[in-house]
Amino acid sequence: MNGYLAWDETAARGVIDALKAQPGALLPVLHGLQETFGYIAPDAEPVIADALNISRAEVHGVVTFYADFRTTPPPAHQLKLCRAEACQAMGADRLAERATARLGIGIGEATADHRVCLEPVYCLGLCSVAPSAMLDGRIVGRLDEHKLDALLAEVER
Amino acid sequence: MSLQVYIPADAAAVALDADEVAAALQAAAVRRGVDVTITRTGSRGLHWLEPLLEVATAKGRIGYGPVSVADVEAILAAALEASAHPLCVGVVDDLPFLKRQNRLTFARCGIVDPRSLEDYIAHAGYRGLTRALEIGSTATIAAVTASGLRGRGGAGFPTGIKWDTVAKTAAAQKYIVCNADEGDSGTFADRMIMEGDPFVLIEGMTIAGIATGATQGYIYVRSEYPHAIATLNTAILAARRGNKLGRNVAGSAHHFDLEVRVGAGAYVCGEETALLDSLEGKRGTVRAKPPLPAHKGLFGCPTVINNVLSLATVPIILDKGAEFYRDFGMGRSRGTMPIQLAGNIKHSGLFEIAFGITLGELVDEIGGGTQSGRPVRAVQVGGPLGAYFPRELFDTPFDYEAFAARDGLIGHGGIVVFDDTVDMAKQARFAMEFCAVESCGKCTPCRVGSTRGVEVIDRIIKDEGRVANIELLKDLCNTLKFGSLCALGGFTPYPVLSAITHFPEDFGITPPSRQAAE
Repeated sequence: MNGYLAWDETAARGVIDALKAQPGALLPVLHGLQETFGYIAPDAEPVIADALNISRAEVHGVVTFYADFRTTPPPAHQLKLCRAEACQAMGADRLAERATARLGIGIGEATADHRVCLEPVYCLGLCSVAPSAMLDGRIVGRLDEHKLDALLAEVER
Repeated sequence: MSLQVYIPADAAAVALDADEVAAALQAAAVRRGVDVTITRTGSRGLHWLEPLLEVATAKGRIGYGPVSVADVEAILAAALEASAHPLCVGVVDDLPFLKRQNRLTFARCGIVDPRSLEDYIAHAGYRGLTRALEIGSTATIAAVTASGLRGRGGAGFPTGIKWDTVAKTAAAQKYIVCNADEGDSGTFADRMIMEGDPFVLIEGMTIAGIATGATQGYIYVRSEYPHAIATLNTAILAARRGNKLGRNVAGSAHHFDLEVRVGAGAYVCGEETALLDSLEGKRGTVRAKPPLPAHKGLFGCPTVINNVLSLATVPIILDKGAEFYRDFGMGRSRGTMPIQLAGNIKHSGLFEIAFGITLGELVDEIGGGTQSGRPVRAVQVGGPLGAYFPRELFDTPFDYEAFAARDGLIGHGGIVVFDDTVDMAKQARFAMEFCAVESCGKCTPCRVGSTRGVEVIDRIIKDEGRVANIELLKDLCNTLKFGSLCALGGFTPYPVLSAITHFPEDFGITPPSRQAAE
């Protein structure tokens, strides 16, 4: 549904080999793998470590440090709600409560049917058109109850 | 009949359906059989009018905004017949919000096609590089120093001195790193430059490279900015094709190339040494200084690391001269600051002006007060690590030193406005919570202190030993301020302490002045 390949070591090695020659390759490699598979599978860590000639601990440390990198397959939809100050000033907290109530999950959680997850984001740089959200990479400004309900209807379809 | 139309592709406009508006206009033009050329620009910074559609006329660009898909048909008719439309704002350049500005760094933003090298050059682009090549490295660095330009990321360190240090450090390899990890809430100026005028950043980095002897540059952009990343990559390719990047830049003896690297959702990577570790493929943890990045930076090599706005301001300094730039501003804050008006404010957007304008002028006159129509209660200046200012301090001029003197900071120039519904104890708690979420974990005051800070504020809110806990919180803030390695832990006390000082009633305590009166 979300267009990601299932984890596959051969395909992963292809992604890694294309990116590993550049200096400081680990982040580009992790982004490349996540764009391909939707997450960084635990099985990917030894493969990356081997290809970049670093320890598996180093790879694991980096994967878990950055908020962007998922270690489990992503749900069909990812709804990111900005929780930072400019959006707070425009009622973002109230909208977050509305979304959590409607989906029956907390921020940072996914629905049981793996259809959608709600993720906090600390600033999309859309502070002048707050509150803001991002649904599967699509940005939405001046979020209000009406727009939020439309986004939720979209992911529930 | 043909019509030239400009519609921003800036993320703030796209988030308000600018892409759909552009598509609807194209479709409407086809239906009417008129020839309409749509150029996707950056944003002018009048974000309350986004999407702002502009039509080229003999009088100048006439604006319509905020435009929705439903308005497009009627606007097209009005533009073709030169008749009135309720969304028409007249000639955009004549709007007071733009007229009052000193647009130096943002001179082209919203006007040019950000993907076109030719358009950039036609609008005075690459004059700074030409000048830098004429006068040579030493004079280039001297010009940047003489301009008084200071780090626009927030630290305010003189840019020229940084460059000079790197230039004088001998090494086989040096780097120019652009910090585009613009994570502060209430800031979006870097994003606007990258999306609206990326060549000015590329030119600034190229000048920095040639001046200091660096041959490779990296722009570290946060992953939350996919539009900026795409525009930058397109512009870098165009610059390479136009011989403005790569070997023998612009026919000179110098080589300089650059690439975009994407962050991964860590606020602390906006701190320069954490950013360098991240670029090296490591966890984004802060390094102790010294050594300075100028001596041992990326991969252990001498590195200039500057914010987007600092680098993007260099071309106009070289083009028009250090004195031209230095003549704007006040005190030790020279030149202009692209100020970002955000949150609950009527006229939100980007406002570039000489240092010295007061906070009150920015919020009340230019910003027009709150969007909700309620009274302004608090204004956070300088991002999540900046202080909250009450109306009593609205006479503070926008200036590095003036804000520091009032226990605040201008940071990256973001202003977030809150109306009278804000709960300042909640905001103070959020500041600690944010620090706890984003701490890199290297130093104890930040890693542990932020979590303890949340707990102490929770006790204050619940009125458990309130007076003693406020003293404890102040003491904890002192530890964070003086014991943290970087600004994340070191500056988190600013929002917390300013909230307590200026809004004590939200913490259940009587303001000292009222106590004295009783």
